[in-house]
Amino acid sequence: MLKINRFLVIGAAVLTVFVVLAVLGPAITPQDPDAQDLFALLAPPDPNHWLGTDEVGRDILSRIIAGTRITLIVALLPVALAGMIGVTLGLLAGYFGGVLERVVMAGVDLLLTIPGLVLAIAMVTAVGANLAGLTVAITLSSTPPLARLVRGRVRELREEDFVSAAVSLGMRPRRVVWRHVLPNAVSLIVIQLSLLAGQAVLVASALGFLGLGVQPPAPEWGSMLGASREYIEVAPHVVLAPGVAIALLVFAFNMLGDGLRDRWDPNQS
Amino acid sequence: MLRLIAARLGLIPVTVLGVVTLLFVIFKTIPGDEATLMAGATATQAEIDVTRHQLGLDRPVLAQYVTRIAGLARGDLGYSSTFRGNPLPRIMERVPATLLLTACAIGLTILAGIPAGVAAAALHNRWPDLAVSSAVVVLLAIPNFWLGLVLIAVFSVRLHWLPSFGFDSAISVVMPAVALAARLIALIARLTRGLVIEELRRPYVRTALAKGLSDTRVLWKHVLRNVMVPTITAIGLEAGYLLGGSVVVERLFAWPGIGDLLLNAIAVRDYTVVQGITVLFVVGFLVINLLVDILAARVNPRLRHA
Repeated sequence: MLKINRFLVIGAAVLTVFVVLAVLGPAITPQDPDAQDLFALLAPPDPNHWLGTDEVGRDILSRIIAGTRITLIVALLPVALAGMIGVTLGLLAGYFGGVLERVVMAGVDLLLTIPGLVLAIAMVTAVGANLAGLTVAITLSSTPPLARLVRGRVRELREEDFVSAAVSLGMRPRRVVWRHVLPNAVSLIVIQLSLLAGQAVLVASALGFLGLGVQPPAPEWGSMLGASREYIEVAPHVVLAPGVAIALLVFAFNMLGDGLRDRWDPNQS
Repeated sequence: MLRLIAARLGLIPVTVLGVVTLLFVIFKTIPGDEATLMAGATATQAEIDVTRHQLGLDRPVLAQYVTRIAGLARGDLGYSSTFRGNPLPRIMERVPATLLLTACAIGLTILAGIPAGVAAAALHNRWPDLAVSSAVVVLLAIPNFWLGLVLIAVFSVRLHWLPSFGFDSAISVVMPAVALAARLIALIARLTRGLVIEELRRPYVRTALAKGLSDTRVLWKHVLRNVMVPTITAIGLEAGYLLGGSVVVERLFAWPGIGDLLLNAIAVRDYTVVQGITVLFVVGFLVINLLVDILAARVNPRLRHA
């Protein structure tokens, strides 16, 4: 039964490394991530700068490490919020049905017709390119798919015998949802949140790349890539590290999600 | 079939009206003031008030909403500060470039994703399957704009094979389309692989093989036809990714489409253009899904009366 799930182990291991980097952050960077070495602009990797330096001579490795915290915050905060809103809406719509369900699902379906990144861009321009704007943008584009999924699962569960039994015993709806429906949807929700976190990293870094996300000089990986576009001809190495960092983090969230799905819900994978 | 198409076409304006209404409600609810943003960081209160009046933001909310909808119905998006008037014609000029890019990306997805998935399923647990499955995992993790940067570094900077930006000749579309399609190719390959593996266990496959049909014929003719419908439907559902991704890819490659225009409009705070292009993306999403459903009905006649 306790078969080791490779996806889960790999995902959790990579994610742990990133979390440690995010917590320790500035304390363990080999150099000051904001210090400019004007004698080594766009320098290729060497023993002093393992990943080279950027256009103003900052150590890229230090900036990647220092940027882990902001990247994780920008991805996880909106996903946590989307989790709370999406699960609440999905539970209410799925369990109680009626007008409430019609209204919630109409809103969800309409939001799903707006391409996620376009919605995020529109939100960021309205609220501002800062943490608040990013949070609103990514929360709004992550909530609809989650709400839709939870509502579907809850509608299935509502027909289950143990739910009808609880209802006929006179349990109040709030207690039925809390004690019997939600616990049976938790695995699905956690899997989805993990996959959404990977998406959130991609959206946040795309916004950073476009100059609409975390603003320089904060060492956010997407905005580092945005700055590197101009120097690709002379120093292609500046392009490499931030992209690998983003890909590894997304990979970790994807593996975690897929691994949890294999473990909890083998039929779906 | 025709009735189905007509009904779906009729639904598009209704959905657009819903989206515009929803966006209007969201924009009025979230913090942030359009006039303040538009007037710029150095604007005085008087300048902000002038901007607010020009945009009609000092009118009652309901009146603003009615004006917006009535304008949209006539094809008038409102006053654009960049184009000094209704920006719709200038936005439409940019549409063909975006259409070409997304069409090429969809084409690449069908040509690469489906065969890769079928091959992986046919050689389940052998090396081609492992190669495809690993490539899927990698492609789903890398951001499209980074893939584009790497392509530029290799094929433009190093090898000088392909242009790194702009739209000069047919060859210009190669790198943007690959960067945009990569994620979708991975998703479709993974989906096709799963569907084909399941399909190969069906009795009709055994019957066809027992009748003496060759493996390739059964696979590419009978099995493929049966997995086509869910596969192209999935492409339609991912159209949102494709259109959103095109914004980033167009910026990276300086591709003259509506995504590029959207970002230019944001830079000069021309929200009329931003809102117009957002609506256009929704229309694009709905049209792609309509086309996908028509295609699915052509592949599977049972869907024609649904």
